[in-house]
Order: sequence, then structure tokens, then C-alpha cells
Amino acid sequence: MTTQIGHNTDLPERAYRIRRNALRMGEVQGQGYIAQALDIADVLAVAYFHAMTYRPEDPHWEGRDRFLLSNGHYAIALYAALIEAGIIPEDELETYGADGSRLPMSGMAAYTPGMEMSGGSLGLGMSIAVGMALGLKRKTSGNRVYVLFSDGELDEGSVWEAVMSAAHYGLDNLIAVVDVNNQQADGPSTEMMGFEPLVDKMEAFGWFTQRVDGNDIDAVRDAFDAAKARNAGKPSIIIADTLMGKGVPFLEAREKNHFIRVEEHEWQLALSALDQGRTA
Amino acid sequence: MADIKTAAPEARTEAAEVRPKKKLTTSAMIASIASEGQETRPAPFGHALVEAARADERIVGMTADLGKYTDLHIFREAFPDRYYQMGMAEQLLFGAAAGLAHEGFIPFATTYAVFASRRAYDFIHQTIAEENLPVKIAAALPGLTSGYGPSHQATEDLALFRAMPNMTVLDPCDALEIEQAVPAMLAHDGPVYMRLLRGKVPVVLEEYGYRFEMGKAKIIRGGTDVLVISSGLTTMRALEVARTLEADKVSVAVLHVPTIKPLDTETILREAGKTGRMVLVVENHTVVGGLGEAVARVLLQEGMAPKFRHIGLPDEFLAAGALPTLHDRYGISADAIAASIKGWL
Repeated sequence: MTTQIGHNTDLPERAYRIRRNALRMGEVQGQGYIAQALDIADVLAVAYFHAMTYRPEDPHWEGRDRFLLSNGHYAIALYAALIEAGIIPEDELETYGADGSRLPMSGMAAYTPGMEMSGGSLGLGMSIAVGMALGLKRKTSGNRVYVLFSDGELDEGSVWEAVMSAAHYGLDNLIAVVDVNNQQADGPSTEMMGFEPLVDKMEAFGWFTQRVDGNDIDAVRDAFDAAKARNAGKPSIIIADTLMGKGVPFLEAREKNHFIRVEEHEWQLALSALDQGRTA
Repeated sequence: MADIKTAAPEARTEAAEVRPKKKLTTSAMIASIASEGQETRPAPFGHALVEAARADERIVGMTADLGKYTDLHIFREAFPDRYYQMGMAEQLLFGAAAGLAHEGFIPFATTYAVFASRRAYDFIHQTIAEENLPVKIAAALPGLTSGYGPSHQATEDLALFRAMPNMTVLDPCDALEIEQAVPAMLAHDGPVYMRLLRGKVPVVLEEYGYRFEMGKAKIIRGGTDVLVISSGLTTMRALEVARTLEADKVSVAVLHVPTIKPLDTETILREAGKTGRMVLVVENHTVVGGLGEAVARVLLQEGMAPKFRHIGLPDEFLAAGALPTLHDRYGISADAIAASIKGWL
């Protein structure tokens, strides 16, 4: 049994491969939440190849760190990471979104190894994370709960119920990452409902708060390290500012990229663009 | 008739001094459902949960600022470190309960039925039921058990939770049944929604030698003219009605259906199939989507067409006021049920 921890090797290469897996799944469906997968790949690379403890061959191993995908539409990104981590076989990405696949378009726990919750309805993950973190403490487990959510979910009142309770219960085993890509279904997140100043808000709610460029992989790694230090009994949040479509310039430049359709010939262009960035 | 409590101690003093003794005042949120002189037991849910928790360390208690009002304070006193106060936040309550269940615990999560069913529905649906997690929901003030108005009258909770896949739905009648339901909820592998009667809860079924079994409807008493099919506190009322109508030579059988889902169709069909009886469903719930419609569907599907009547709460926002007044007005008091039966025979 292998325990994946602290690889710390070549995180950019891991992030590249996560992006590549996501693009290949996008090609299967011709559409999807591709831009989000590209923007969050660096965070997932750090989570799965630097920060977290788990056993690829035993996704339910009691000693694992938990990873909750609150933004279930990012499933394509998490599948890409789970494939890279060896939890899902690579050839399964051909089944993405197909009838009977273990990789449905929205993440659901019963379908996929390594998927810890059923998302889709936004704003659920933080509450589940609070319960899991309480449960781990009850068991005197040293493991942590990571929860990824999107900036649009900050509009949901239930997120703030959970944020308040995590500080109340001193859940220093809870690490949240919010993807601030400033894009939700109807438009730029900050225009849909202003959530800034987010650092001040989270600090006022009693969280150990860091804000980083979510596509600067060294900065993300340092933020995860600092979050893991169990800061004075506080829950931790990493506010990751990311760029939609990161790594594929013509997708970065698209104005409306919350849910994108890509023409058949463009997938190869996207993969080529990604490869160019890798060697650059 | 019933023990009516007023909203606050000051109000009670005022009532005693100024108002005539018998005047019914708007009940507080928690109105007693016991009839005069009826035997009651205090906090049967809280005590049963403590007993279960002594034997099973997986049990934790959770609430959203309603521990005292759901009898969970009994559990808190016994196991303070296994008690989670989640604040006045029902979505968090059930999401966090799901999280604890993921980690191998069995949360008993309490609030009022209105908040469990109406405010937290998506959280229960997605974080608990969709994953078939063993979260046990105990929800006080089911149906019309408060005179506080629609905000606290959970008249549609059964319809909502019946419609939720994986959810087992219970509507116990009395203290005895609640005590027996708690270990059954624990033993059941999956989520359960139980309508909770709290405070001083009447003891009704003991004299019939009744035992609760999850998924089983049971004949509490036999009768040849009317078969009442009921759950929760309407079974209590049906038994009173059956006794009252004996004097009028009307023989009433009572089939108690504490498990609303999954429904014991076998027993319902067997009893409804005995010829010569009017079948009457009585429920403390809107006529939409509850036990009455569930039973009607079962009968129709089997090609059974007994004389069928249905007493439930009307499809409207109900009034505030004293609970006995409201039960009379909406037809679910013992007197109102008896009058309806006599009118239909």
C-alpha cells in the first residue's frame, strides 16, 4: 500500500497533465465546464501531489484526507486529478458523461471512486465539511477535510452558516479553497452579488485567511503548507484568484466561458496550445 | 378539554386574573395534545435516545436552537460531549449531520417539522437521502399541533418526505411508540424522518399490548361498520371516537399506520378488503399527498372500491388560535371526526 504524500515533485507537470485530461474529456462531450477545470488545475495539483494523504488503490481508506467538491460542476477537473492520481484508470476518461459511466457531468459520490460528496446543488459542501471535520475530531483523527467551492457559492446563505460554525467549533482540521475566477452562470461573480472584501470578511468570521494567485503553483503550495499548520485553532481558507481557461490562450480570451462549447477542430488546437505552454 | 398553555408566563398570570377560566387562548408554539386526565410521560424521545446512546457510541445529537423544544436537552444532559448545537441554521444542521454520518456516526438531528421539511429540504434531499446516509431526523410540531399559525404548522411534511427517495417516514402516536421507534430508527440502515411529539406525551397504546415495528400497520381495535386508517395523533383521536360511537351502536375498527413510507400495503389491503366497512382515512396533514392519497392509490390499484372517506387538513393556510378550536374547525378533533362518521353512515 502506498501513501501518496509530499511528492512535491514537478507540480507544474502534474497540473499540465490534469489540464490535458480535462481537455480530453471535454472533447468527448464537445462542451462542458472546461474553463473552470483549466483554472483550478494548479490548486488540484498541489492538493493531490503535495498536500493530501491518500491511497490511490483504496479511496475509502480511513486514514485519508477528505476532499469535498462542493462545486459539483467542476467534476471534470476532479476526475482529471483523480486520473492523474491513479484513483481512476486513464482510459475511463473516454466514457466521460456517457450513459453508464462512472464519470457523470456533475459529481456524485455513489458514481465515482474518490468523490466524497454529491454536488450539483451549490452551497452544500461547506456544511458537510463542518460535519466531517467534527467527526474526525470526535475520532481523534489527524486527517483533514479539504473543501473546494466556487465564488458564486458565496451568494448562498448556507455557506456563511457553515463558515460561522467552523470558527465556533475551532475546526483547524478544515481547509477551504474558494476559486475566485469571477465568473458564474449569469456573468461576473462580483457583479452578480458583491462579496468583497473577502479577506476582511473571512478574517472577521475567525478564519485563518490567505489570498493567492491560484495559478502561481509555488504560491498555492506555500498557502497549503501554511493552512496545514493548524493556526491557533482556526479553520483555514485559501482564496485562490484564478484565470478561466488558464493555459489555453484562446479559451482565456473568451468572454463568456462559464459553460463552453468548442468546435471539433478546436480541441486539437487547445491541446496544442497547452503543450506550447508546457515547454515555454 | 385540553391543557392550553399561553405564550408567556406574564400572559398566563394575566389570563388567570382577568379572563374567565374556561376561555381558550391562542396556544403557545407548543400546545399539549393530551386530553384531560390522560396519562402522559415526559420527553419520551429524549429518554429513549439516551438509553440507545448508552449502548451505541455512534449516536450523536444535533439541533438548530431547538434542543429544549425537541426533548434533546435530555440527551445533552446525559452526553454533553456528544451534543452539537448548530445555532439557528437548519441547512447547516442537516449538511453537518451528513458529514458526521460520512464519518461513521449516527446523528439524531432535531428541529421543528416546518423547518426540516420546508427550509432544509434540498439539504436533506442532496446531502442525506441521495447518499442514503443514516441521519435520523426528529421533527417536532408535526401537522397541526401548534396554534401559532402557518409558520409553525407543518401541514405538508409527510407529502414532502414521502416524495423523497430513500427516506423512511414515521408518524408515531404516543410516548410508547416513540420509545420503541428510536431503537428501530437506529437499526434502520438509511435516513429516517420521524414526526415528534414532545413534552408530556400521552400514553395511549400500552393498554392494547401494542409493539411498534417499522413498516408495519397494526389493527389496534376491531370493528364492523367503519375502518379508520390513521397515524400519529389521529390514531389517538380515532380510538376516542371508537369508544364514543360504541354508545351509538357504531362499531369502529382502527388501523394504525405509523410508517407512512414504506407503506404496509399488505395489511391495508387485507383490512380494506373485508366487506361491509366504510374506509375512512384520518390524518393530521393536508389532504394533498399524505396518508389518504397513499391509501386511495393502493386500493384503486388493486381494484378495490369500498365506500371511502378522507379527513385531513384543508389545502389552505390554517388559522392561528387555540389548538382545540382549530382541531374542531378543521375536522380532526374527536368530536368532529365522530360527527363526520355519523353523517356518512
